[in-house]
Amino acid sequence: MAQAIIELKNVSYAYEDEGTEAVKNVSLSIPQGAFHAILGQNGSGKSTLAKLINGLYLPTKGSVQVCGMDTAEDENTWEIRRRAGMVFQNPDNQLVATVVEEDVAFGLENIGVPTGEMPARIEQALSDVGMLDFAKRAPHTLSGGQKQRVAIAGVLAMAPEAIIFDESTAMLDPKGRKEVFSAVQRLNEEKGITVLWITHFMEEAALCQQVHVMHEGEIVLSGTPQEVFADVERIQSYRLDAPPMARLAHALRSQGMPIREGIMTIREMQEEVKRLCK
Amino acid sequence: MLKNITLGQYYPVDSLVHRLDPRIKIILLIALIVAIFLAGNLLAFVPVMLFIGFASMLSSVPFKLLLKGLRPLRFILIFTFVLNLFFLQGEEILLDLGFMSIKKEALISAVRFSLRLVLLVMGSSLLTLTTPPIVLTDGLERLLSPLRVIHFPAHEMAMMMSIALRFIPTLLEEADKIMKAQTARGADFESGNLIQRARAMVPLLVPLFVSAFRRAGDLAMAMEARCYHGGEGRTRLRVLKCKAADFYSLFALAALIAAVVLCGKVY
Repeated sequence: MAQAIIELKNVSYAYEDEGTEAVKNVSLSIPQGAFHAILGQNGSGKSTLAKLINGLYLPTKGSVQVCGMDTAEDENTWEIRRRAGMVFQNPDNQLVATVVEEDVAFGLENIGVPTGEMPARIEQALSDVGMLDFAKRAPHTLSGGQKQRVAIAGVLAMAPEAIIFDESTAMLDPKGRKEVFSAVQRLNEEKGITVLWITHFMEEAALCQQVHVMHEGEIVLSGTPQEVFADVERIQSYRLDAPPMARLAHALRSQGMPIREGIMTIREMQEEVKRLCK
Repeated sequence: MLKNITLGQYYPVDSLVHRLDPRIKIILLIALIVAIFLAGNLLAFVPVMLFIGFASMLSSVPFKLLLKGLRPLRFILIFTFVLNLFFLQGEEILLDLGFMSIKKEALISAVRFSLRLVLLVMGSSLLTLTTPPIVLTDGLERLLSPLRVIHFPAHEMAMMMSIALRFIPTLLEEADKIMKAQTARGADFESGNLIQRARAMVPLLVPLFVSAFRRAGDLAMAMEARCYHGGEGRTRLRVLKCKAADFYSLFALAALIAAVVLCGKVY
């Protein structure tokens, strides 16, 4: 197995003004080049977990390591944030500059990249997310999906090893959601960037390699989407819903039909039904 | 209704004046203001007028636009002119109205004060017409950065200004949305007297403020996640460089000041 980029050991975190812990005793290891999802309802602690990973929050118990560096140590903070970038939920609230290319430059300026190197890195990052044509535009003239892709380019320009997406598609329309998700898939496949995809959309989680289900601050279930969504009743007890086809397969199985486990998509269901009809 | 507000009054064409370094343009404006106040007599205004006229010609900004900047000032202009005209004392009477008389000194000083105002406004309009706000912010940051020695937060100030510029359209859009939502619930923004209308704005402003604070929190988090830690050790995408035209304009400036001082002496 490849080396772990993100390693959480028995991490707990409690907000100062609240007594209860938002994250409870979570251990998690994300290997290099992986595409993992964290799935959970609102208030399950998944956003808090995201902010623990790049040192925006420091764990009250346990340790978080990114590329072998502990987030609790001050001198690591900026290197960790460069290597594990983060894209947030609201597309409007994370762009800083009035022009797209300058926003992409923002991170580069912060880490002190020489002026001469910047244009090439900006161009590369924008073309990686398919936004090169919009380099001179003002952010408020873009659609939600386009803004999120600019935000990704901003992180990408800093040459990160991993990117954490904190519900980055939650405020987008279905078209924008698809646009952003497929851009991220491409980055994972072509650039080998490790992705931690935090979401409450089952359809997206079903497309990741591994799914970690969070409920009330704990990781209650981990595995491939097939494994995780196989137990429809358990998933529903976490106030989540399995993808429609997994639910259909489950319902058919409980009626006594010999449908195989691990069906996620309409295509898989189609083939399974065809196979059974033969 | 709120959507078509254009920010600032930048006139987007490419010209010599547009291409000047923003720092130089700010210096030019400051010097121009000094020159306007130095001008001790009417003759000394001639070089200033020539300078502004020449600059506006080079900028290819229509002269009408420059004059438009004077419109909000028209009452103050008339007021200054009339006050000076009637209430200043002098010896030579130009026109006797019986109850009041206009003196020569008063006329000169009325013309001088109004001219001063007009030129001030035209000079600064020329700067904002030829420089996008964000470039202006940049220039200001660079000009003020030596003051860091006395702990003046030049970088922070420029960052705040540019974030404000970035969020004005976003907040306008949001205000528009809230306004429609409140109108749908029976809020009335358009009728009543001034006080009633101001009061009607409260249900618009409260949610807008709440959301602005939430946005500020989000943005701060996102900036930190992108390694923002103040101006220290920061590099820049756009680097300002003075070109030949910038140096020539400084010569023109020196000539202007000299001309203003000379005209003041000769008269």
